[in-house]
Amino acid sequence: MKRYVSIWFPNLLTDWFAIRKPELKDQVFVFTTIVHGKVMITASSKQAELQGIFSGSSLSDAKVIVPDIQVFDDQLNLATKLLTRIGKWAIRFSPIVAIDLPSGLIIDASGCTHLWKGEKGYLATILKRLQEAGYHCSAAISDTIGTSWAIVRYRNNAPIIEPNQQYNALVNLPPRALRIEEAVIQRLYKLGLDKIGKFIQMPRSVLRRRFGEAFLLKLAQALGTAEESIQPLVVIPPYEERLPCLEPLRTRTAIEVAIKMLLESFCARLSSEGMGVRQASLKGYRLDGKITQIQIGTNQATHKIAHLYQLFDLKIAAIEPALGIELFTLTATKVEPVLIHQEKLWYGKPGLTNQNLAQLLDRLAGKIGHQAIHRYLPQAHYWPERSLRATVSLEEQSASQWQSANPRPMEMLPRPQSIQVTAPVPDYPPMNFRYQDELHIVKKADGPERIEREWWMEKGENRDYYVLEDQNGQRYWVFRLGHYNQEKSGWFIHGFFA
Amino acid sequence: MTAEKKEILAQLQQKVLALQGFKTTSNRSNENFGLGPLESCFPNAHFPTGTIHEFIAENIEQAAASEGFISGILAKLMETGNSCLWISRNRILFPPAMEKFGVNAQNVVFIDLVKEKEILWVTEEALKCEGLAAVITEIADLDFAQSRRLQLAVEQSRVTGILLRKKPKRLTTTACAVRWQILPQPSQLPDGLPGVGDPKWEVNLLKVRNGHTGSFSIQWDEDHFSVFTAARKDNISHSKQAG
Repeated sequence: MKRYVSIWFPNLLTDWFAIRKPELKDQVFVFTTIVHGKVMITASSKQAELQGIFSGSSLSDAKVIVPDIQVFDDQLNLATKLLTRIGKWAIRFSPIVAIDLPSGLIIDASGCTHLWKGEKGYLATILKRLQEAGYHCSAAISDTIGTSWAIVRYRNNAPIIEPNQQYNALVNLPPRALRIEEAVIQRLYKLGLDKIGKFIQMPRSVLRRRFGEAFLLKLAQALGTAEESIQPLVVIPPYEERLPCLEPLRTRTAIEVAIKMLLESFCARLSSEGMGVRQASLKGYRLDGKITQIQIGTNQATHKIAHLYQLFDLKIAAIEPALGIELFTLTATKVEPVLIHQEKLWYGKPGLTNQNLAQLLDRLAGKIGHQAIHRYLPQAHYWPERSLRATVSLEEQSASQWQSANPRPMEMLPRPQSIQVTAPVPDYPPMNFRYQDELHIVKKADGPERIEREWWMEKGENRDYYVLEDQNGQRYWVFRLGHYNQEKSGWFIHGFFA
Repeated sequence: MTAEKKEILAQLQQKVLALQGFKTTSNRSNENFGLGPLESCFPNAHFPTGTIHEFIAENIEQAAASEGFISGILAKLMETGNSCLWISRNRILFPPAMEKFGVNAQNVVFIDLVKEKEILWVTEEALKCEGLAAVITEIADLDFAQSRRLQLAVEQSRVTGILLRKKPKRLTTTACAVRWQILPQPSQLPDGLPGVGDPKWEVNLLKVRNGHTGSFSIQWDEDHFSVFTAARKDNISHSKQAG
């Protein structure tokens, strides 16, 4: 059974303006816009309405009633903006909130009200919070959107309509309460049907012939015999878990408990569906209207409570509770099917897909960032700097092999450093070289290994690499850039062998 | 009588070793690092896995030599199929070179950190992870308390930890089981052939907990270590003078 709350802001725009400019509180002022060359009132303040100035009348009429009325220009789409903002705030009361132009909100309160000790407390809390902010508003709850809408606008004394009592609630209301076209309303009045009760029992065929299909639909929607859907402001992601808090939470211990509670129901659902989290975010709706959030990511889809908790635990420090958090939502932004294995066998399985390793890397990535974790795969290039490439994936394997035919140094400088050498004959290894102010006399040498620069990628000279061993048995990788005798040619040290 | 006493003594020694973190694992006998006479310096005459090893490298050439030797050890440790973590800051290790020592660099996960203080945190977390063959950390200095923490972490998980200390400022006492120093040695080619031969090192055991120190000359041949006679002492002093 569905329960819908309709909230009505009779003076939405003017209330908002008075909140921004407190000196306008309890003043007579209106918003106007020019329609067909005539200045029309689009919104009037509560005080103005008490004087008999309503939106839809012209400004000159209003000036007859209140000569010193304050006039402001209307802004385009202001109502939509305001309602969206209030609607997002109202998500703490229910996940499904829709705006109802020009001056209302619809909240799907099904299953939410018990957290506020029943529907009475639910409505009272919402209205109290909005009224404290400075909005005039009222609310009603019933089984259908149509009935709630009608009750809040046309019968204010009893806002809670018990289940299945839409008929009784509607009979005494004017036809305008059905959200129907103005032309149809005028026709109803002409026929003397000034109460819904006077035509609600009429045969449908008669009503259809005189007032059209749309009218019947609205009537059926209000009574609950036809479905009516709303467009939620925030579409709920399929994997989301909510935890409203009775008291605003501020301490670390409380947040830890909240995360554990969320994860328990969250992971129970994921594991029953065989899904696992790859990315998740935890949002805290704060008392001051702001949202604080943390995010985690995993290398393998998982629904293990302990592991996910550890990942969140590393980031709890980033949550700013300020005055307190009244609602937590845990959302899985990326979900993948989880590979279910027999745990015992799986844990024993060695290699990169080992679950312990994946969990460790998740924890590390959470603390130091993904960019710090590297794996390297061979790449089919002879140019040393390009002979390997970094990958983020743990599963990816390269088809090519590490080339081991030619010697490669254990340590390679990221940028070759210039050295001074004595080389006797062209294409012979140096006799000695000076690196960092130290003279190394070459005792043994291998080479040259010519590596041509990949001209389709970059321009430059080739390199002739030599393996040198000095008098202490220390082994180096040096190269001569370009051909011997060329002016640009020079000697560089590039690496150190084991 | 003496034989009985010897047996009792050996049993007691085993118990003491177990208390000190040298646990004998069932697959111990399978592990053969091929270090021959060098392994007799270790307690139980076995290369101690599941503890922390410390390699001292005074300069970049020694660091390269150490990395080569470590890669040879890694090849054995990773035979089970487990991967290993290489944690460092300003790393210049060139992964393709590990292939020569029997390590497929595709199975090594490199953690390149920016801040020095993160290294110890990451190392400790990694050492607690049971699915790893080894964790290699490049760190210049650490104090006794820090090394003790790492040693306690591996006693639970039985992961082998290797600390490569490049240019350490001070060599203070640490809780590491073994302290190594690998110095490059001139390579040898048969029959005086020209060129540079296989990597050859002077492997010094500077400190061995419950064992004794030693100095060996070791060469990497294709896919295994070849241990020559113990290196002469005067050789060390000679190389130091020259370096």
